Amino acid sequence: MKLGLAIDLDTCVGCHACATACKQWNTSGTIGPLTDQDPYGRDPIGTWLNRIRTYEVAGTPVAGIPVEGAPVSKTVHMPMSCMQCEEADCVTVCPTGASYKREEDGIVLVDQDKCMGCNLCAWACPYGARELDEEQGVMKKCTLCVDRIYDEALPEAERQPACVLSCPTSSRVFGDFDDPNSTVSKLTVERGGQGLMPELGYKPVNRYLPPRQHTAEAMDVQRSPMQKLAQWTNKLIQR
Amino acid sequence: MAKLPQFENHQQQQTKFTTCYMCACRCGIKVTTEGEEIRFIQGNPNHPINKGVLCAKGNSGIMKQASPAKLRKPLLRKAGTERGAGEFEEISWEQALDMLTKRLANIRATDPRQLAFFTGRDQMQALTGFWASQFGTINWAAHGGFCSVNMAAAGLYTTGQAFWEFGDPDWDNTKYFMLWGVAEDHASNPIKIGLKRLKDRGAKFVAINPVRTGYQAIADEWVPIKPGTDGMLALSMIHVLLQNGLVDEAFLVRYTNAPYLVVNTPGQQGDGLFARADNGEPQVWDQASESLRDGCLPDISPALFGEYHDGNGRPLRTVMSILVEKYESDEFAPQQAAKLCGVSADTIERLALEMAQVAFQETITLDIQWTDWAGRKQDKFIGRPVSMHAMRGISAHSNGFQTCRALHLLQILLGTIDCPGGHLAKPPFPKHTPPGIKPARDTAPNTPLASAPLGFPTCPEDLVIDGEGQPLRIDKAYSWDAPLANHGLMHMVISNAVKGDPYKIDTLMLFMANMAWNSSMNTANTMAMLREKDDDGEYKIPFIVNSDAFHSEMVNYSDLVLPDTTFLERFDTISMLDRPISEADAACDSIRQPIVKPDRDVRSFQEVLIDLATRLNFPEFVTEEGKPRYQGYQDFIVNHERAPGIGFLAGWRGENGDQHLRGAPNPDQWEKYIENECFFEYKLAPAQRYYRHANRDYLDLAVEAGWVGSNAQIVLEVYSEPLQKFRLAGRGLYDGPMPNDAQHQQRLSTYFDPLPFYYQPLEQARIDAAEYDFHAITQRPMFMYHSWDSQNAWLRQISSQNFLYMNRQRAESMGVEDESWVWLESHNGKVRAQVKLMDGVEANTVWTWNAIAKQSGAWGLAKDANESKDAFLLNHLISELLPAQQGAADITNSDPITGQAAWYDLCVKITPADPAETGAWPQFDPVNALPDQQASPDSLSYSTHDNVNIKRPLKDILMRGKL
Repeated sequence: MKLGLAIDLDTCVGCHACATACKQWNTSGTIGPLTDQDPYGRDPIGTWLNRIRTYEVAGTPVAGIPVEGAPVSKTVHMPMSCMQCEEADCVTVCPTGASYKREEDGIVLVDQDKCMGCNLCAWACPYGARELDEEQGVMKKCTLCVDRIYDEALPEAERQPACVLSCPTSSRVFGDFDDPNSTVSKLTVERGGQGLMPELGYKPVNRYLPPRQHTAEAMDVQRSPMQKLAQWTNKLIQR
Repeated sequence: MAKLPQFENHQQQQTKFTTCYMCACRCGIKVTTEGEEIRFIQGNPNHPINKGVLCAKGNSGIMKQASPAKLRKPLLRKAGTERGAGEFEEISWEQALDMLTKRLANIRATDPRQLAFFTGRDQMQALTGFWASQFGTINWAAHGGFCSVNMAAAGLYTTGQAFWEFGDPDWDNTKYFMLWGVAEDHASNPIKIGLKRLKDRGAKFVAINPVRTGYQAIADEWVPIKPGTDGMLALSMIHVLLQNGLVDEAFLVRYTNAPYLVVNTPGQQGDGLFARADNGEPQVWDQASESLRDGCLPDISPALFGEYHDGNGRPLRTVMSILVEKYESDEFAPQQAAKLCGVSADTIERLALEMAQVAFQETITLDIQWTDWAGRKQDKFIGRPVSMHAMRGISAHSNGFQTCRALHLLQILLGTIDCPGGHLAKPPFPKHTPPGIKPARDTAPNTPLASAPLGFPTCPEDLVIDGEGQPLRIDKAYSWDAPLANHGLMHMVISNAVKGDPYKIDTLMLFMANMAWNSSMNTANTMAMLREKDDDGEYKIPFIVNSDAFHSEMVNYSDLVLPDTTFLERFDTISMLDRPISEADAACDSIRQPIVKPDRDVRSFQEVLIDLATRLNFPEFVTEEGKPRYQGYQDFIVNHERAPGIGFLAGWRGENGDQHLRGAPNPDQWEKYIENECFFEYKLAPAQRYYRHANRDYLDLAVEAGWVGSNAQIVLEVYSEPLQKFRLAGRGLYDGPMPNDAQHQQRLSTYFDPLPFYYQPLEQARIDAAEYDFHAITQRPMFMYHSWDSQNAWLRQISSQNFLYMNRQRAESMGVEDESWVWLESHNGKVRAQVKLMDGVEANTVWTWNAIAKQSGAWGLAKDANESKDAFLLNHLISELLPAQQGAADITNSDPITGQAAWYDLCVKITPADPAETGAWPQFDPVNALPDQQASPDSLSYSTHDNVNIKRPLKDILMRGKL
């Protein structure tokens, strides 16, 4: 199995639901707590496994038609968490063997008891997906909610990562990329899903589905002078 | 697969359902607790609103519950200390309620209007309004006057439903969706769910908004409009439709007043009113009989166009003739509108024709038999699948009512109201246009009001003014200042009461309203007003009572503080008598139940209201023997009947709990709701789901359920006769009350046009537009929208400082750099803010996220928190009054029709700050800690149990993962 997420950038509105859903599940989860420093102080900062980054992509036409005098831009919200790379450098560099990739499903995990908080893995990760818990001195990262997805005490429909369950636009889909019939595999094919920065060679598993552009047809009308009041005629329409 | 450990001890966990209250969306939630702690809050998959999903706030409920800013015990301002100094002593509930009862009993026995009771972010207005009526004060409203009254009023006076909470796009069938001025809204999760559905179907999504954030980010087309000009854009699209003959004439004839005949006698009494028969019925010209007939009759063939005469020879024209004549004018041509709106003429024309294409060429038909209002069987529903949603960017302008009417007119001309794929009402809407309730006027000691404090005037006689034409309400709602102020003007209460204009009050009672900070316009001056004293040393507002759950800025300015519970600690009712959570195809209501026990001496404000009502001997709350009629809030909700069989909760009524919508009280009703995951959903039959303004199958049900008074057709009001009556009053041509003041006459004459029109927002007309050359608006961040507390330790990590976003090119041309500090100055004052540059904002607009900034020391935050040091409020720049005009009395900065606070009209000038000037300005002294306030922790390590680690096997390490 190659478990991961397909994330739809066409419909992500950047609401941060996935980020806080992740935070609340995982703070009491297998790698919890996810501590917060200075939570009510000047600059609160805590440990998160999923953050939303927002970019403006300049130069994208609006419906293919430039708008006079207006800046032309497209805003893209990009949720970022561990890509569960197939060639995960974060695992290779770990001096204690705390970081590892599970054979059976490809989830990259950190054994909390073995991590010494050296931060090498976070430096190795080009996606900024790992965060050192300042209070606990150990590395935290997305577990794909390994403590939910196999928990048979949960209703089957809820055996999903918390971020996926919660996403209001259903822009996050969880599944097995090894199975060509899984929803994530099919979406990736249909929508041209892309892994981020493939050139680095880490073979990220998660896929991002690019924004789409729907257009509409305008009614074909004879460009005529204004239809004046006098030209309207009463039709016999029964009330 | 290697066996995984057991992560969760489910035996130690409990799961309960309730309703979220992190915003007004009111999603169903499933809460897992472990001991007294919350393990996980998730969306309820069965709930009609959110269908299992949950937003960023709902997912942060744990941190709301964990907030160190929770109030702990009733507080009384210490004797001898000044209001606003934050010196409180803790008192018992008995002391608090005893003191309050004595004060209120005295007011009630003398002049009940001396109590002004205004509520903020609550969802219990059916109860608070009823309480105010029983008390006998007309000075009650919620916060709709600075929120959404323009949307609600324009809708209810036009289609009998509205954008906002009363209607939704038909997400399942719409093929073209236009979103006007929405960053985030009450239907927070439903909009998100809906956008996904329509985008996956390939429907086009067009966003009209000066700012490209949130929803606009995923729009297929973004139209960066100049703030306040949306009305012109909509009317110009109407111009294009009319130019090409593209209107749904059958829809207009059957469902609207477009064929009604209007008296055409300019300069005379009665001009612009409908020609009516002796029975009072509006007349149309029936083409079949070639005679005037009652417009409400079935089977006639009314003429949409033409000029006619009544029996007395008075000239008459159809509404549609007036409409075409008005909008065919070049004033509305795309080339003209383009100059005003900053949207090209080609775009305006194209958007109109795209909608026409979908409405008229991509019509959908549902083969469902239904019965129309006249009892005639119909075999299908015709759908014109164009839909819209609109909110703040329309609502918060002083031309918002007419702008919103323009949007509804556009929908009506396209025939998209309550049809498949169009804009659908949500039960109990639609109602008759407008609903038949009139605002209460008369008050008397120890006497309940004869009707609800708020209602829907249709003529000057309905105003709440005295014989001299002076306002009777403290907020001047329903006066000549704001005749259709259906939600009151909460934003004027403090200012008016401090001036004693129209009179002084004794007690101001607030619930969940942060009037000393982000809920007021003109914040710094409002704080000063709250401290203002008369010559005798008495505060101008002598007593302020405030109920809130958290240490807000308003707590600091209160004399008596009644600590409320959090939403996870209480019973609540989300009622169809109030602001419903219904879906378009289902009537819904819901409850909250306590998930955790409060660890403080707090009471839910509903319980307090019931208790006070009993102590004050309100007739509906005590028996004839003077005994309490209800044993608290839950008992009240179950047993109070507004009309026979109609109560706050519609589900499981009747003695056996087997009746829905109407039925005798059921003593086990709360239990039934709890069993059903805390919500009730009554699905409409397929025949009842569309054209409900003219659908007998639906209207009969609506009468039975008490949603409407009769099953008569609800006629959509293209032309608003009530507005014309006020316009005639302004022109001295009304046979009834008329204003004496020239300013009022001008406002009525100008703005009460019975057909929607565009006018320049009022503030802009009174300032130098060349000097104040930027529009300044706010947007609501999805992760903070309505969550009503920045003390949430998770949410504030997403943003604890709001920036001023400026158009990159425009800023660079002014020498303003990214992340530099600038001064923003309006006619009312100035603030300092830090800039961020972006491309996705209209060049003449600057914007910021609202309600991030806090006063130092409030909300359990450190005194140097970003929220107080670097975050800023735009509110300081916005006056509650229009800029003064020579010879005219001060008048509210509001929509002249509805009194909606016009806080989006703000114009500013921007200048770079000196490099040495950093940090937000103005700054305020830190708020004192409350007695017994617990120190906010330096770090959080929230967890409901020790984590169960997954150990990596030694062998796997040795084999470097190559097992």
